[in-house]
Amino acid sequence: MSILIFTETENGKFKKSAFELASYGRAIADPLGVELMAVCFNIQDTSPLESYGVDRLIQISDPSLENFTAHQYAANMAEIAQTHDAKLVILSSSANAKYLAPLLAVSLSAGYASNVVGLPESIEPLRVKRSCFTNKAFNLSTLDNKVNIIGLSNNSYPVSENPKEMVVEQKKAILSETSFKVEKVEKASGQVSIADADIVVSGGRGLKGPENWHLIEDLASTLGAATACSKPVSDMGWRPHSEHVGQTGKPVASNLYIAIGVSGAIQHLAGINSSKVKVVINNDPEAPFFKAADYGVVGDAFEVVPELIKKLKAFKYNE
Amino acid sequence: MKILVCVSHVPDTTSKINFVDDDTAFDKNGVQFIINPNDEFGLTRAIWFQQKQGAEVTVITVGDPSCEPTLRKCLAIGADRAFRIDLSPTDGFQVAQQLSAHCKDENYDLIIAGRESIDYNGAMVPGMLSALLGYSFLTNCMALEIEGRSVKASREIDGGIESVSCDLPLVVGAQKGLVEEKDLIIPNMRGIMQARQKSLTVVPAVDSSIQSSISKFEKPAPKGAVKMVDANQIDQLIDLLHNEAKVI
Ligand SMILES: Cc1cc2nc3c(=O)[nH]c(=O)nc-3n(C[C@H](O)[C@H](O)[C@H](O)COP(=O)(O)OP(=O)(O)OC[C@H]3O[C@@H](n4cnc5c(N)ncnc54)[C@H](O)[C@@H]3O)c2cc1C
Ligand SMILES: Nc1ncnc2c1ncn2[C@@H]1O[C@H](COP(=O)(O)O)[C@@H](O)[C@H]1O
Repeated sequence: MSILIFTETENGKFKKSAFELASYGRAIADPLGVELMAVCFNIQDTSPLESYGVDRLIQISDPSLENFTAHQYAANMAEIAQTHDAKLVILSSSANAKYLAPLLAVSLSAGYASNVVGLPESIEPLRVKRSCFTNKAFNLSTLDNKVNIIGLSNNSYPVSENPKEMVVEQKKAILSETSFKVEKVEKASGQVSIADADIVVSGGRGLKGPENWHLIEDLASTLGAATACSKPVSDMGWRPHSEHVGQTGKPVASNLYIAIGVSGAIQHLAGINSSKVKVVINNDPEAPFFKAADYGVVGDAFEVVPELIKKLKAFKYNE
Repeated sequence: MKILVCVSHVPDTTSKINFVDDDTAFDKNGVQFIINPNDEFGLTRAIWFQQKQGAEVTVITVGDPSCEPTLRKCLAIGADRAFRIDLSPTDGFQVAQQLSAHCKDENYDLIIAGRESIDYNGAMVPGMLSALLGYSFLTNCMALEIEGRSVKASREIDGGIESVSCDLPLVVGAQKGLVEEKDLIIPNMRGIMQARQKSLTVVPAVDSSIQSSISKFEKPAPKGAVKMVDANQIDQLIDLLHNEAKVI
């Protein structure tokens, strides 16, 4: 019996979520006394994972799996899960993980709970807390199946070091015939994606127009943050769709969310609720967002943001 | 081309979320229900296939009779026919099994569902349905073109866009971008009148299993009061974020 995690990579390196999943998996494996296994695809240096408590890593290297393809990855994961009698498979909440998980669930006849926000409340039967109603609520779900899959929300479990002797095993990929082909991947290089970011800086209609977005971008680059926006901002084409956050856009689960010139409509809040610390900068003291904020500044974005950037640069310099 | 659009009947985005029966059930009192926004993007794209490429568009929901106004709205938007599978589902897998049983009889070329529902947020149904039917699957779909049996599509990935190609049959998880907000079709009087003549068939549920059940709901803990920082003392904000919140 074992617990299996799917570790994701970006540019040939483990993503932070891989370490989160390993730490989380370790915390479940220990009291059960079972092996914690990980699967990774096309990665050269596997050693960073050793620090987080993985007992055995199955490494699959195949140029035809260079691009993520959900059904091929799912088939490989399923085979490994079956061979090693995995009772619990743990994935992140990235776009790829959410694409893969339902396919894996069907091939393993497993139960699947997405958006899980912490350690299980019980293991037999598996009971987990997951967010629902787009972060406006949680539900306690029971999954009473031979195999279960957890999709862990990003930033919901702290990374903790726990070095182990990690066995690395190479495995040949299984590849199935398919008409499905990834033709092209376009990624903005050097930018932090909203899903992976620890800090997100978001701009709303209060910024008046796309020509003012350098304020958001400068603040974000000072903090190493991702940029985001409210729905009307992307609807008007000031910013790309991919930056739209909220109930009908991307969810944000960062450690820090800074909202500038965003009013704080219920649909916006729903998507960013699970961010830990929220800072609101708005010139209207009555803006609803202040009620949902941890820290607030009433002021004109065009004055406050440049000042904040200047002070942050000085702060970073002094550190 | 035969298209099926799977619609989920969900609380309006402005709804206050409350629970009843000792926090075991959603409180529907005073709540408006709408077509799940991701499904509405998908439905609109399907109607364009109908208008430009002569596709036939069917909508389906798994739910109790209270979902019927949502199906009628889909018919008013332009869908040709509707099905309701008569079951209040317990989990996404159960929905997928019900839909798959219906699809096996109908042989749809293209099945469009939402990337995720805004109530359950499972992001489960379309992927599970594709696996049960053995169809290709792509989710977070933001562009979709079909010529004959060949599909060209793009999907949003973390930090970018990916272009893919495959053959029909296909299940798609739709999202914004597949069509734009401004393209959504608001039913007019004629559409609403026509919808009354279109067929809405209620079919009994098939045997299905469930893999998860919800024992309790809970709302996030109330937040502490906001700390206000004077706009002329931005240093104080940096200090709080560094020393108190420890996020920078
Ligand atoms: C079905 C549906 C789904 C939706 N989904 C989403 C969603 O997912 N995400 C989302 O964001 N919205 C969503 N919305 C829209 C939402 O209701 C709001 O309309 C939207 O969030 C408002 O965007 P905003 O805050 O940028 O603009 P506004 O509401 O116009 O607010 C602008 C804010 O900027 C402030 N401001 C103005 N000038 C300045 C200045 N110089 N300095 C500082 N502050 C200034 C103003 O005081 C105001 O608070 C949805 C709506 C519907 C109906
Ligand atoms: N009860 C249902 N009936 C029909 N389709 C559904 C139902 N529930 C979910 N779906 C479809 O599956 C998508 C994803 O839902 P979910 O897996 O709940 O996030 C929705 O956007 C719908 O297209």
